[in-house]
Amino acid sequence: MERGAHLFGQQLINGLVTGSTYALIALGYTMVYGVLQLINFAHGEIYMVGAFTGLLLVTQANLPFPLALLLAMAITALLGVTIEFIAYRPLRRSSRLSVLISAIGMSIFVQNVALWVWGPQTRRFLPPFPVHTFTVAGLRTNTLELLTLFVALVMMLGLHLLVTRTKLGKAMRAVAQDRETAALMGINVNRTIAFTFAIGSSLAAAAGVMVGMLFNAVVPNMGVMPGLKGFVAAVLGGIGSIPGAMVGGLVLGMAEVLGVALLSSQWRDAIAFAILILVLLYRPSGLLGRRTQEKV
Amino acid sequence: MLDWADGLLRSFINPYYYGVLVTIGINIILALSLNLVTGFTGQLHLGHAAFMAIGAYTAGLLATKAGTGFWAAVLAAGLMAAVAGVIVGLPTLRLRGDYLAIATLGFGEIVRITLLNLDITGGPFGLRGIPRQTNLPIVILAVIFTFLVLRSLVNSRMGRALIAIREDEVAAQTMGIDTTRLKVTSFTVAAFFAGIAGALFAYWFRYLNPSSFGFMVSIELLAMVVFGGLGNLLGSVVGASVMTYLPELLRTVAPAIAERRLVFYGALLVIIMILRPNGLLGTSSEQGWLEIWLARRRSRSPATTSAASGQVPPASTGGAGHGPA
Repeated sequence: MERGAHLFGQQLINGLVTGSTYALIALGYTMVYGVLQLINFAHGEIYMVGAFTGLLLVTQANLPFPLALLLAMAITALLGVTIEFIAYRPLRRSSRLSVLISAIGMSIFVQNVALWVWGPQTRRFLPPFPVHTFTVAGLRTNTLELLTLFVALVMMLGLHLLVTRTKLGKAMRAVAQDRETAALMGINVNRTIAFTFAIGSSLAAAAGVMVGMLFNAVVPNMGVMPGLKGFVAAVLGGIGSIPGAMVGGLVLGMAEVLGVALLSSQWRDAIAFAILILVLLYRPSGLLGRRTQEKV
Repeated sequence: MLDWADGLLRSFINPYYYGVLVTIGINIILALSLNLVTGFTGQLHLGHAAFMAIGAYTAGLLATKAGTGFWAAVLAAGLMAAVAGVIVGLPTLRLRGDYLAIATLGFGEIVRITLLNLDITGGPFGLRGIPRQTNLPIVILAVIFTFLVLRSLVNSRMGRALIAIREDEVAAQTMGIDTTRLKVTSFTVAAFFAGIAGALFAYWFRYLNPSSFGFMVSIELLAMVVFGGLGNLLGSVVGASVMTYLPELLRTVAPAIAERRLVFYGALLVIIMILRPNGLLGTSSEQGWLEIWLARRRSRSPATTSAASGQVPPASTGGAGHGPA
């Protein structure tokens, strides 16, 4: 019993750490979906590029970690804006199918260019700071896991303040609610959408850098699975809802570690998709989403 | 009869091109069936390779473990894939379009992971020992059969309804079209043909591995359909032929490019969507920048000014919006 509770607690920490990175990825999906009603398939690739940028800034440029993290987020934000400009903006008035196909194309393109440039081998990403192991209430954790949680929390808090307290956040909410009316109210819609991509991409980059260090591995196809799971987390929380993405990410992370503990690790990746299908079946609006009627 | 035709074909096609033609035929069946879902019904489907995998493994297992004959196994493969199509389609197709993309993608991954972890499929080591019973005449027959069935389907009352769903789902529903039932039907028919293609694949390559049916295979199929033209069956034949043969050709001429072809496929998908979302021969009412630009030029040229002045590009989905905002 004692041992069972202990194992459970340990899994809970793992779930919390993984879940917080899913949440960071999910935020980008949900924000972009909010303003464009588009599944940004290239989001997983943005996360991957974030991890690579962070790795190169730390190992090649020898930057101190906080600076490298911020710079990786800025560079990746630029990539997100560029992707929006090239692949989505020209299709603002096209059918949803066209934009989705364009998004898929962009994702394949970025991933394979990364494969071309950086090669298929896995690169090691050792944290550029000493990692200590702690025991808190009998549960083991380390600097890296705590830092990941801390980074995720700070980002989410920052995002919350940005969305609720600033003019830009107000513009984002207005565009999400009704793009045309927002434009009539004098909001620069294109700029707001670009900002949304920038913020979502930088959050994904932060997740990429942290996960790169947690697993000590960075590789061009690393974005595929977390990208999909980030989307599942967004749907689970209620797509378009920012608190939903945070909750969805944490719940998905927990569900995964518990699923692995109950079944086996081979099925880890299938759990997320099973959850997705269940949510779509029984609660398509997600945990915190609002029911919407399709507008004509 | 089929053996005689096969002998004849083999007598003047060298073995390498014979193999390429079989692969092209299998890809044409896959592209045609994917076009029914994505091109005609307008639902982005990213897991077509999974239906192919289900068909391939059904046929492979029946052939190696149960000793079933070729035709029975091929039919069973199609039916198994169709059943999977209903199971996946029923919950997901009720929802709005974009969820289908992710759900089919997830379904594809679940199928791959399952095949990788089951004992009976040989897991990561794959399934060996399938007899080679696919030949070119059989593939050609299957392609013709698929083409004719799908053509009569899209030209039927049901086909019109599918196109109506693609153009405007809400309007189609208002006109009394049972959109969910039709979407599931189109999905199921497509899955059936993908299963058949998978069986032909199994009986040709004689060895199956889960990695042959990954996400990227679904993407290559999508690229074939988009390149050939969404909503045009002939387009899929052209798209599948070109995009299967081109990498083969490049493999000898420029191996570096053949290996990196996914970079170009990705770029191609984006560029086609912007310039001409209909691909080479597509039929939807959507217009890209290329068509709008051409239409503008045409309407500006003096001879047609008076006639065309009232005919600005139709303000449907793709139209008017691209002007200077």
